[in-house]
Amino acid sequence: MKVLVAVKRVVDYNVKVRVKADNSGVDLANVKMSMNPFCEIAVEEAVRLKEKGVATEIVVVSIGPSTAQEQLRTALALGADRAILVESADELNSLAVAKLLKAVVDKEQPQLVILGKQAIDSDNNQTGQMLAALTGYGQGTFASKVEVSGDSVAVTREVDGGGQTVSLKLPAIVTTDLRLNEPRYASLPNIMKAKKKPLEVLTPDALGVSTASTTKTLKVEAPAARSAGIKVKSVAELVEKLKNEAKVI
Amino acid sequence: MTILVIAEHDNKVLAPATLNTVAAAVKIGGDIHLLVAGQGAGAVAESAAKIAGVAKVLVADNAAYAHQLPENVAPLVAELGAGYSHILAAATSNGKNILPRVAAQLDVDQISEIISVESADTFKRPIYAGNAIATVQSSAAIKVITVRATGFDPVAAEGGSAAVEAVAAVHDAGTSSFVGEELAKSDRPELTAAKIVVSGGRGMQNGDNFKHLYALADKLGAAVGASRAAVDAGFVPNDMQVGQTGKIVAPQLYIAVGISGAIQHLAGMKDSKVIVAINKDEEAPIFQVADYGLVADLFEAIPEFEKLV
Repeated sequence: MKVLVAVKRVVDYNVKVRVKADNSGVDLANVKMSMNPFCEIAVEEAVRLKEKGVATEIVVVSIGPSTAQEQLRTALALGADRAILVESADELNSLAVAKLLKAVVDKEQPQLVILGKQAIDSDNNQTGQMLAALTGYGQGTFASKVEVSGDSVAVTREVDGGGQTVSLKLPAIVTTDLRLNEPRYASLPNIMKAKKKPLEVLTPDALGVSTASTTKTLKVEAPAARSAGIKVKSVAELVEKLKNEAKVI
Repeated sequence: MTILVIAEHDNKVLAPATLNTVAAAVKIGGDIHLLVAGQGAGAVAESAAKIAGVAKVLVADNAAYAHQLPENVAPLVAELGAGYSHILAAATSNGKNILPRVAAQLDVDQISEIISVESADTFKRPIYAGNAIATVQSSAAIKVITVRATGFDPVAAEGGSAAVEAVAAVHDAGTSSFVGEELAKSDRPELTAAKIVVSGGRGMQNGDNFKHLYALADKLGAAVGASRAAVDAGFVPNDMQVGQTGKIVAPQLYIAVGISGAIQHLAGMKDSKVIVAINKDEEAPIFQVADYGLVADLFEAIPEFEKLV
C-alpha cells in the first residue's frame, strides 16, 4: 500500500512571533523554521505503518517555497522513500493547497493520505477535509489511532466529548492529532542517506491547478495585551481578592 | 442576504455553541436559517425554533446523518447552502470536521474560527496560536465560516418562533461508517460553557492528584481542564485539553494550577476575564498573563483554597 504524507514548513513552535510594524503580517525574517508538529506526527505514523508491513512506499509532499526542501529531507531522513515539492513562493490558502494535493493524489494513487490536522501558523484546520471533498474519499480527522485492515481503515478521533471511532473505505484521508504517536528523531546515518533519496520539484502550472483565492488579508495586528496582574502572598488573600475585588466567586 | 447556520447537537440536545454562532450571524445581518441534520432530532429542532433571531429551521432527519459523518452531512450542507450568502458553523470538532469539506465542494475558501464580524464580508481571526489577529476579507459568493464561540455572546435560547421545515435530501456516500464512541461523562459544567474553569498541568504530577482540582471545582461549580502536558502524560483524557489545538475557553475565572504557560496553552485561555495562576516556579510564564499570581506548592494551596470558598 502506498501512503502519501503532506508536510508544511512553518515557523518553529517555540518561536513567539511578532507582528510587523506595518501590519502586513508577522515577521518571519531570521526566524527558525521547522516541519509543522502535526505533520511530523503524520510522517511518523506512515513510517510505523511501513515498519508493520502495512505500507510499502511512503511519498512525502510539500506545497511551499523552495526552502521547504529542508522539511522534505527531514521526512526522508525519518523514513519516507521519496519526496515531491510543489513549489510556490506565494502563501497559498487551504483550498489551493488541497487542489494541488488532489493533483498529486491523481498522479500517485495512494491508498492512504496522512496530513496534520492543522498548521500552527495559519491555524486553519482545513486542508485534509478539503482534500477529502475533492477526492470524494472518506476522512478520519483528529486521529489518535489508525488501524488498517484489508480495504478499510479504522480511525479513532479526538472529539469534543471524548473519542469517536469511524471506519473508512480505502483510499481515505487521515489527519493527525497530538496523541497519535510520538515522533522519533532522525539518526545521523539516516540524515546522510536522505540526501540521496529522490526529490521531485513540480509547479502548480505543471499540475494544471489555479491557486487563485477569494480571501484577502487586510491587516495583521498584535492581540490586545493583558495588563500585568499582582502577586498575592497567601491563599486567604487570593480568595479575598476574588470575592471582593474581582467579584468572580 | 440569508445565512445558514449549522446546528451543533447530539440528536437530543442543542449545544450552547449554536447560540454563539447565531450571534455571529446576527452581526453579519440578514435572515437566519438553522439546519438540524441528524436522526430523531425532533427535540433539537424544537429548541432551535425557539432561538431568538432564527427565521426558519430546516430539519434533515435520516440515519445517514445520525453521527454527523462529514461524507454525508457535507454534501447536504453544500446542496442547501448553495442558495445562501453565508454558511456558519461553530468551531467545534464537528464544525471543523464538516465545514471545510462543504467549502471545497462549493469551491470557496473557508474562514476558520472568526472572533469578530467587521462587516458582512470582513472578519477577524487569530493566527499563530493567537499571537496575531488577522483581518480577512472574502469575495466568495458564499462565505463559509467557522465561529469561535468565545468571541460572541450567545443569543437568547428562547423568544423566537421559527417555522420548521423538513428537508428530504438524503446523501449517503457509503465511504464511511460510525463504529463507536467513548464520551466522557461528567456532572460538572461543560468546559467551553463554564463560568469558572480550574485547569491542571504537569505540576499535578499524576492523574490521581487531579482529585484535588475536582474537589475545588465542585465547590466553585467549575469545569476542570488541563494543559497539553497533562494530557500527553496520560493524567487526564484529551477532551479536557485547553489550548491552541484543544478547547478554547473564556470563562469569568480561569484558575491555572501547576501550568507553566506555554504559548500553545495561553492561546486557549487568555481571553478569560480573570486569570489566577498557582505555581511554585515564580518564573513561570503563566504569571505574565495572570491577574492574580500565587507562588506556592499547589498541594498545600489547593486544599486550603477549597476550604476557604
